[in-house]
Amino acid sequence: MGAILLRRLASAVPILAIVSILTFGMIHLIPGDPAAAIAGLSATPEQIANIRRDLGLDQPLMSQLIHWYGNLFQGDLGRSLLLGQPVVEATMQRLPVTVALSAYALVITLVIGLVTGIVAALRQNTWIDQVAMILAMIGISLPNFYLGLLMIILFAVQLRWLPTGGYVAFTDDPLGWLATSTMPAISLALLLAGLLARITRSTMLEVLRQDYIRTARAKGLPSRKVVVKHALANAMIPITTVIGIIVSLLISGSVVTETLFSIPGIGQLLTQAVLNRDYPMVQGGLLITTALLVLVNIAVDVCYALLDPRVRYDGA
Amino acid sequence: MPLLDVQNLTTAFQTQRGEITAVEDISFSLEPGEILGIVGESGSGKSVTALTIMGLLPRPPARIAGGSIRFEGTELTTLSQSRMQGIRGPGIAMVFQEPMTSLNPVFSIGDQLMETIRAHERLPPKALFARAVEMLDRVGIPSASTRMKDYPHQLSGGQRQRVMLAMALVCRPRLLIADEPTTALDVTIQAQILDLILDLRDEFGMAVMIITHNMGVVAETADRVMVMYAGRVVEEAPVTTLFDRPLHPYTRGLLECVPSLTEEMDRLVAIPGTLPEPARRPQGCRFAPRCRYAEPACRAGLPPLESYDPGHSAACIRVPELTRP
Ligand SMILES: Nc1ncnc2c1ncn2[C@@H]1O[C@H](COP(=O)(O)OP(=O)(O)OP(=O)(O)O)[C@@H](O)[C@H]1O
Ligand code: SF4
Ligand SMILES: [Mg+2]
Repeated sequence: MGAILLRRLASAVPILAIVSILTFGMIHLIPGDPAAAIAGLSATPEQIANIRRDLGLDQPLMSQLIHWYGNLFQGDLGRSLLLGQPVVEATMQRLPVTVALSAYALVITLVIGLVTGIVAALRQNTWIDQVAMILAMIGISLPNFYLGLLMIILFAVQLRWLPTGGYVAFTDDPLGWLATSTMPAISLALLLAGLLARITRSTMLEVLRQDYIRTARAKGLPSRKVVVKHALANAMIPITTVIGIIVSLLISGSVVTETLFSIPGIGQLLTQAVLNRDYPMVQGGLLITTALLVLVNIAVDVCYALLDPRVRYDGA
Repeated sequence: MPLLDVQNLTTAFQTQRGEITAVEDISFSLEPGEILGIVGESGSGKSVTALTIMGLLPRPPARIAGGSIRFEGTELTTLSQSRMQGIRGPGIAMVFQEPMTSLNPVFSIGDQLMETIRAHERLPPKALFARAVEMLDRVGIPSASTRMKDYPHQLSGGQRQRVMLAMALVCRPRLLIADEPTTALDVTIQAQILDLILDLRDEFGMAVMIITHNMGVVAETADRVMVMYAGRVVEEAPVTTLFDRPLHPYTRGLLECVPSLTEEMDRLVAIPGTLPEPARRPQGCRFAPRCRYAEPACRAGLPPLESYDPGHSAACIRVPELTRP
């Protein structure tokens, strides 16, 4: 088990190395003079020169690279041009917001997706199955910003049950957090819940056909135990992979949702950074987000090993 | 009262091309401690018979279209799911043809054994563990107590089939259904597993229904044999009678190509042709297209199962003339 964790952590190193070098190179992919591009059309030559000096763009490439990694290892990703704040600090302020929202959306996705998928599989080809799969299809086909808008119109504008946007930290006011986060979380979750429901259904159907399920029934186990223990434990192995992908999609999906509901998370931060050509912010934000996704993947692999003894033992 | 009494059982499946009957109008019974062999080519309905008795066929598409199954006097065809659960295990247990896939890959064998006991009996954890170890030991798993925490993928095919046997027998069933328990195993292992089943029968006194398409297995294990063809019983007899004086042309064909236990069988080369699919069965005697004694009368109607000697019956209209000395 520990060996697997170590090996996965080690395999993250080359990924992060590649991502960090790509992020570093990003600024040089800007056609023409990056400093001029960052400064914008109305900038004076003086402002452009300032930016070039601040970002070290006047240095030779090699020393820029050494500088970049030197800072990186000290946890310094530069300063946001827009906010004037260190990139790491700005990111770390916003990160909990996105993580909390994603976690909330993940819980909704898991509950709706798994329950719907399992029930549909157990009631295969009945009306329950058909209704569940139609709902899943609707969830998948509705673009989440559209769903978000619909919810804002209905629950915030018409019924006035919930605020149209804004954000209250969970640590400040849990109920306020719930009020501001529920609509964004649902609009993030529904598509993924539909996806998960379909995958759970087909995985469960596949597992329920297996010989060991027949064995479990032949032993006289109650059907609840056959489904909850024998079938689900096996179905969770492929489903875990999907959940890993879902987490990645939730984090990237937050860009649109946070903008729509004016939630001050990473998504909003990066959107503003891109729109304002705040390159250091974009670079740092991407790097940190990628590192987060790599961590998620490692967690998935560890879950995989926990769920599947064949993986666990081959790894040991 | 027989232990198991099956009367006129018919099992049908709903398929895209309409309903087919996989098992049709079969009757047989088993006394306590008796070993019944069921033989027949692939697709003749042996597994469907076993699974129908166990109540393990998914319904739909399966349906018991007629007949009755009585186990110790209890009618199983109409029994509730929960009461059927109580019969599976301590009443009737089953081992399957595929030892490689019949154990759950994500739970240890000890867990799978102990949950079987737990489903039917209340035992303190220590006694539960001891009972499982004892059973593993009994089926020939070396150093059983340390292997309790092994996962199926750490065992060989033969060992997995031993574990399956342990799991089937751990609640001391009165009837064991073994559906081709050795087909997937190496020849030497096959003989070991069969010997083990015979030993356990002697020790526990249970009845055994052993399904196979190998006449050699039947000869070595069974007291009585039932031969199936295309979903129907074509002959039934005590094992020595069947080998000495087979009545049905199909049985004779099977016996002409008896493979020994040690020989990988290319069975039934002696009978040309193949078993008809359920949807494409011929009129009259189903064996007629492959039967060298077939005559027009054979295609007129299904030959009834007639008794010729006590305990010996066959479904062929030409038995009297063909067996005349
Ligand atoms: N789920 C099902 N749906 C439709 N037909 C089925 C189903 N299961 C079995 N059958 C049909 O029932 C017939 C009998 O099958 P069965 O599995 O009992 O044969 P068998 O005698 O056990 O053969 P084998 O030696 O290959 O195990 C076959 O023709 C098969 O096609
Ligand atoms: S009834 Fe006719 S076709 Fe059928 S087995 Fe007997 S002789 Fe052959
Ligand atoms: Mg079979």
